[in-house]
Amino acid sequence: MYKYDEIDQQIVDERVTQYRDQVRRYLAGELTEDEFRPLRLQNGLYIQRHAPMLRIAVPYGMLSSRQLRKLGDIAKKYDKGYGHFSTRQNLQLNWPKLEDTPDILAELATVEMHAIQTSGNCIRNITTDQFVGIAPDEVIDPRAMAEIMRQWSTFHPEFALLPRKFKIAVSGTKQDRAIVQAHDIGLEFYRDNNNKVAIKVWVGGGLGRTPILGSVIREHLDWQHALTYCEAIIRVYNLHGRRDNMFKARIKILVKALGINEFRNQVEAEWTHLKDGSNTITEAELNRVAQHFEAMPYENLPDHDAGFDAAIASNPGFSAWVKRCVHPHKQAGYRAVTLSLKPHGKAPGDVTSEQMWAVADLADEYSFGELRSSHEQNLILADVKLSDLYAVWEKAKTNGLATPNIGLLTDIICCPGGDFCSLANAKSIPIAKAVQMQFDNLDYLHDIGDIELNISGCMNACGHHHVGHIGILGVDKDGSEWYQVTIGGKQGNDASIGTVIGPSFSAAEMPGVIQKLIEVYIKERTPEERFIDTVRRLGVKPFKAHVYAKDEVAA
Amino acid sequence: MSNLVKIENGIAAISNDDWTLVQLPVTQVEERKQAGKVVLFKLTGESTVTEDQIANTVIPATGKIIVPLSVFVERNNELTNRIAQGEVGVWLATHELLEYLIQQQADLNVLPMIAVFVERFADGRIFSLGTLLRTRYGYKNELRAFGDVLRDQLFFLKRSGYTSFVIRQDRSAQDAIASLNDFSKPYQGAVDDPQPVFRRYNRGA
Ligand code: SF4
Repeated sequence: MYKYDEIDQQIVDERVTQYRDQVRRYLAGELTEDEFRPLRLQNGLYIQRHAPMLRIAVPYGMLSSRQLRKLGDIAKKYDKGYGHFSTRQNLQLNWPKLEDTPDILAELATVEMHAIQTSGNCIRNITTDQFVGIAPDEVIDPRAMAEIMRQWSTFHPEFALLPRKFKIAVSGTKQDRAIVQAHDIGLEFYRDNNNKVAIKVWVGGGLGRTPILGSVIREHLDWQHALTYCEAIIRVYNLHGRRDNMFKARIKILVKALGINEFRNQVEAEWTHLKDGSNTITEAELNRVAQHFEAMPYENLPDHDAGFDAAIASNPGFSAWVKRCVHPHKQAGYRAVTLSLKPHGKAPGDVTSEQMWAVADLADEYSFGELRSSHEQNLILADVKLSDLYAVWEKAKTNGLATPNIGLLTDIICCPGGDFCSLANAKSIPIAKAVQMQFDNLDYLHDIGDIELNISGCMNACGHHHVGHIGILGVDKDGSEWYQVTIGGKQGNDASIGTVIGPSFSAAEMPGVIQKLIEVYIKERTPEERFIDTVRRLGVKPFKAHVYAKDEVAA
Repeated sequence: MSNLVKIENGIAAISNDDWTLVQLPVTQVEERKQAGKVVLFKLTGESTVTEDQIANTVIPATGKIIVPLSVFVERNNELTNRIAQGEVGVWLATHELLEYLIQQQADLNVLPMIAVFVERFADGRIFSLGTLLRTRYGYKNELRAFGDVLRDQLFFLKRSGYTSFVIRQDRSAQDAIASLNDFSKPYQGAVDDPQPVFRRYNRGA
C-alpha cells in the first residue's frame, strides 16, 4: 500500500500543529462555536449526543497491520476500548475527549494516518471496492489513481468550503462494488478500444434526503485528465450550488435543476480552460504511486489444496464459513477473507481493541501485513493462501470474527443512529440487534440466501437504506421513534432506489415485519431467485399485503 | 490599528489602507428566497441590488475608492477619468458574476484593486472567484478579501490568488499572519504555485 515520503509526512504533521492551535484557541474563547465547527469537522470531529465523535480516515479502505494496531491502542487509551467502522470505510471513535483529539491525531501521524476531511463541506475520503487489486473481475486497479486524488483533494484551496459534503468513489471492476452511481462523482475505470485506461464519469448521485442515482457526464475521459475534469465539475458546483438551504446543497440538486445536459455544457466549457493544465497527471507520477500497489509476492500455488478440501468435507462449520466469508482471488491458490463485524446481537461494525490487535496479527501472519475495511462495515484479509484458511478461521472464531453471515440477512449495514448521533430521528443499532436475534439460526439464514438489509437513523442515509434490498429508515412522528421500510433497493451496476411499502412501524414491530417480508419471498421465489429478484419480478404489492394484513392467523 | 494584511514580494505584513470602500445604501427590499427557475438558481437567498441603491450610492469626490460592481458598471461614465488615473477599484459579493464585470471592463489590469466581499467565512465561492480572476481573466494587481475574513481561511485565500486581507475587526491581524504558512508543501497546483507537488519535486519512486 502507499507509504508516505517526507512530503506526505510533513503535511500530516503540520496539520496536527494547525489543529492543536485551533483547539487551543477554541478552548481559550478565541474561536466561537460557529467558527470552530467547520474546522473541527474537517478534522473529523463531531460533537455528538454523549461525547465528541472522531472519524479517522482510512483512504480507500486500505490499512496496514501497524496502523490497525495503533487504532486499537488509541481506542484503548483515549476511548472505551472499541471503535466503529463506518459505511465509508473509515473508523470512528465514539467517546474521545475534545482536549485529547490533538494528541490522538499526533499518534495517528506516527503511522501515516489522519482525520483530514473526514467530515465537513469538502471533498471526503475517496472510497472504492474492498477487493480492489485482487478481484478476478477487476479490469483496472484504481488505487494509484485514488491515492493521487487523495493528495490532490487534501487541502485543495479552491474547494475548501463547498456548499456541502462531496464524495468521490472509484471503481475498476466489471461488477461495481463501490456504488459509483450513488456518489457526487463516480469514476469508473475501464479499458477503451485502444486498450488505454479511460474513465466513465458519473455525477450527481447521492443518497440522503433526496436519493438520486448519478448521471453519466462523460463516457470517455483519458486518465491523465481525472483531476482537471473533477476540478471543472466541482468549480461549477462551488459557484452555483445552493448555499441557502443545506438540504438542497448537494451537487445532485444542482444537476437536477439544470438538467444533466446543461450541467455538462457548463462543465465542459470550464474544462476547456483547465484541460492540459499543470494538474494533468503525468505518466511518471502514476508510475511512482502505482509502485506502492504492485501485486504481493505471491507463491506459485495450485488452485487446489488437499488439506483445505478435506476440512471442507469434514467440518460443516468451516464449510459454512468458507461459503459466506471467503471470496475468489486473481491469484491461483489465494483467497480473500471477510472477517465479520456483525456477530448477532452486537452493534454492526463495532470492533474492540483486542479484536483490532488480533486482526493485525492475522494480517501479519497470513496476508502480507495488510487489510481493508469495506463499506459493508467488515474487515478483509485480501491475500490468504488456501492452505491457511483453516487456521485463519479458527483464530477468527476465537476472536468473535467468524460469523458466517457475509451477504446474509444479519450482515446488516447500520449507521450509529440515535445511540450516538445527534442528528438521528431514531435508534438504529437496537433494530439491527433485534433482527439478528430474530434470525439467529444459521441454516435458516443460509436458506434465505443473499440479501442486504440497510438501516439509517435519519434522512442523511449514512446506513445507505435506499440501496438496501430491505431498507429501514428511522423517522420521527410526534417525538417518538418510528421506522419506514423500503424494498427493492440495490447497489451495483443495476442500482436502484427502494420503494416505501407503507406506513411506518414501531421498534417492537420491526423483527416481525422483516419476518413477513422474508415469508413472502420464501413462498414466491423460484429456485434461482434471490430476494431482490423476487421483489423486482413481483413488485411491492404482495409484500405489502402480507406485512399489513389484519387479523392474520398463523398457519 | 489597521487590520489589513498585505502580501508584497512574498512577505506578509500589516499595512495601512489608503483605499476607501464605497458601500451601497441599505435597502428594505426583500430577498429572493426561492429558486424555482433555473436562471435564478444562483441568486437564491441573496439580495439583488436595486436601481435606487445604485443611483443613491455616494461616491467620494477624491481619493482612491473601491466601488460596488453594480455602481462600477451602471455609473461607469462618471468614473472614466478616475479609472484612467488608477483611483478606482471594484468590489463584488461572492454571488455576483464575473462575466458582468468582464463585459464592462475587458482588461482587468486597468484596475489596481479588485476586492471580494465574503459575508460568511464558510462561503467558499470566494476561492473560485479568486482563482478565476487570476487564471481565466489574467488579473495581476491587488486582490483583496474583506468581510468575514478569519485566519483559518487565509492559507486557502492566499493559494486562491488573494494578496491582501482585511481581517475581521474583532480579531488580531498580527496573529492571523502566521496562518498564511500553515502548510509548507501543498499537494495540488493552485494560483500561488500552479505546479502540483509531483511537478515541483522529484519524489523518487
Ligand atoms: S443516518 Fe442519520 S442517524 Fe444515522 S449516522 Fe447518519 S446522520 Fe446519524
